[in-house]
Amino acid sequence: MANVTLRNVRKTYTGGFEAIKGVNVDVADGQFCVLVGPSGCGKSTLLRMVAGLETVTGGEIDIGGRVVNQIEPADRDIAMVFQNYALYPHMSVYNNMAYGLRNRGMAEAEIKTRVEEAARVLELSAMLERKPRQLSGGQRQRVAMGRAIVRQPKVFLFDEPLSNLDAKLRIAMRVEIRKLQRRLNTTSIYVTHDQLEAMTLADILVVMNGGQVEQVGNPLAIYEKPATTFVASFIGAPPMNLMSTRPDEIKSQLDGAADEAGIVGIRPEDFAITDQTPAGGVALPLTVEAIERVGAETFVYGSREQEDQRVAATPGELPPGEVIVRIPGTDAPAIGQKIRVAAVRPKLHLFSGDGRTRIEA
Amino acid sequence: MQKQAIFQSKLLPYALVAPQLAIVLIFFYWPALQAVIQSFLLQDAFGLSTSFVWFENYVELFKDPAYFAAVVRTFFFSFAIAISSLSFALLLAVMADKPLRGSMLYRTLLIWPYAVAPPVVGVLWIFMLHPSLGVISRYLRAAGVDWNPLLDGNQAAGLIILAAAWKQISYNFLFFLAGLQAIPKSVFEAAAIDGARPMRRFWTVTFPLLSPTIFFLLVVNIVYAFFDTFGIIDTMTRGGPGTSTVTLVYKVYSDGLLGGNLGSSAAQSVVLMIMVIVLTGIQFRFVERKVTY
Repeated sequence: MANVTLRNVRKTYTGGFEAIKGVNVDVADGQFCVLVGPSGCGKSTLLRMVAGLETVTGGEIDIGGRVVNQIEPADRDIAMVFQNYALYPHMSVYNNMAYGLRNRGMAEAEIKTRVEEAARVLELSAMLERKPRQLSGGQRQRVAMGRAIVRQPKVFLFDEPLSNLDAKLRIAMRVEIRKLQRRLNTTSIYVTHDQLEAMTLADILVVMNGGQVEQVGNPLAIYEKPATTFVASFIGAPPMNLMSTRPDEIKSQLDGAADEAGIVGIRPEDFAITDQTPAGGVALPLTVEAIERVGAETFVYGSREQEDQRVAATPGELPPGEVIVRIPGTDAPAIGQKIRVAAVRPKLHLFSGDGRTRIEA
Repeated sequence: MQKQAIFQSKLLPYALVAPQLAIVLIFFYWPALQAVIQSFLLQDAFGLSTSFVWFENYVELFKDPAYFAAVVRTFFFSFAIAISSLSFALLLAVMADKPLRGSMLYRTLLIWPYAVAPPVVGVLWIFMLHPSLGVISRYLRAAGVDWNPLLDGNQAAGLIILAAAWKQISYNFLFFLAGLQAIPKSVFEAAAIDGARPMRRFWTVTFPLLSPTIFFLLVVNIVYAFFDTFGIIDTMTRGGPGTSTVTLVYKVYSDGLLGGNLGSSAAQSVVLMIMVIVLTGIQFRFVERKVTY
């Protein structure tokens, strides 16, 4: 059991490219930490640095009170699950799991006990003699998990372990991983680009962008109070509506708060179709452009009457002037209809003009 | 997957394969047939009379201790060349697979020797190791080694093996490098995390995963050492000293063209032809079996 601490960790490649620009994260013993961000944000590099597969060019990585910067992967007492599983194709399932134990000179009897126990937990007992190529994607994924847990390491590292599975299996395995981690109570770091996976798995969520940490914290706290416009639009699907506060239409409603803030964000579910104008809130007239009915809820895409200017760049961004509204049920206005939507004051997220700072009103 | 082309004319497909067939018939089947016929004939020393002797040439051949010695020597050469060339090429490939600066340059340099013709290889090595001309020979003698491959049969054999193996390293290197790059990097990383030190990682992960490549190259190298070393032997030692570097292929040449014993030479060619067919058969089986681990 161990905590993992990253102190001002940096990674600069020989070409001068800075992949990690000083990251500070503290993962307490037994916690499940998820690194989330768009591709190229450095989350996988950071994980590989913790594993010892990439060198650390600045700062310190501390596992269980020991700085591991100069320690070989094998001696860091970690286990890793790779995106492509990285099973040894020439070895049986049993040998895949036993390999790491044999390398450490464990007695065969003890290896057998551990592998069989892991196989029982992961429901692999019937296929211990098979080769990886005779297994389905989900089974291979479980072998990769098994290989990690038999070692009983201090820390589990997961590098997008579910991204090669189909949608249904991904949800099932997500729950399995969470249950397993809770039971073993092993500190874990998990990398994903899927914000839903991140929200559901994490005790502590680290949102990364461009080699930097945007926000660290409890997933729900991050959802409720995103620190930057990047986090606001990355966490939550469909993304938060981000609008400039400059147009008079919005400015007049914000009574003074707009002077400081450059951007206002409103989550799609915080809008309601109404004729009322809540005090201090925001009301917008929209023309319905498209409707998506997904069963329990409906997404309404509307365009504002006034062309809006683009706000600080964010992932999954909507075209300027377009707004998503999420309403329960399947009753939706018709396409082309003019509607009015409003959000109350406590549901507004205010950010500085560059999107880097949250303003608490 | 079956591909079927439909031709309007019945003659067109035959016309299309005719050039290829003509080449094979004229340059392979016709001489091969000549060799088979020749192997049943015996000519007197002046070429005045030829008689049909059934299998006498073969019987003589198999009773000849010199032929038996050439068979043993050829197998020894082949395995020595194949093993030394394969192991050195594998070592180089494992090194070159590491992410190093300028890797493209030395990969290219390592592949170059493959473009050198066998007789040229022979000449190059002679320049280095000839007892009186060789650059390295001087240092060897200065170091107290009695280096004279023109007189010492074992040294001559060693020289042939060295030159032939060197020539084949490039080819093997290329296949090994491709084989190594086909293994996902994460498998090695997983092994590193699993506590396998580099040597153990090589023997328990890299080597087994390369085994299909190794089997394939082993067959290719043996075929090479059997048949394609003629140019190297001819330029370096001409089979000598004595018969210490005469392989089966060289013996066909020296008995037939230099010794004038056409019947025996033809019989030897037929034996070699059968060996080629067997080796090629083995090679095809390995090529077709894509996954062997």
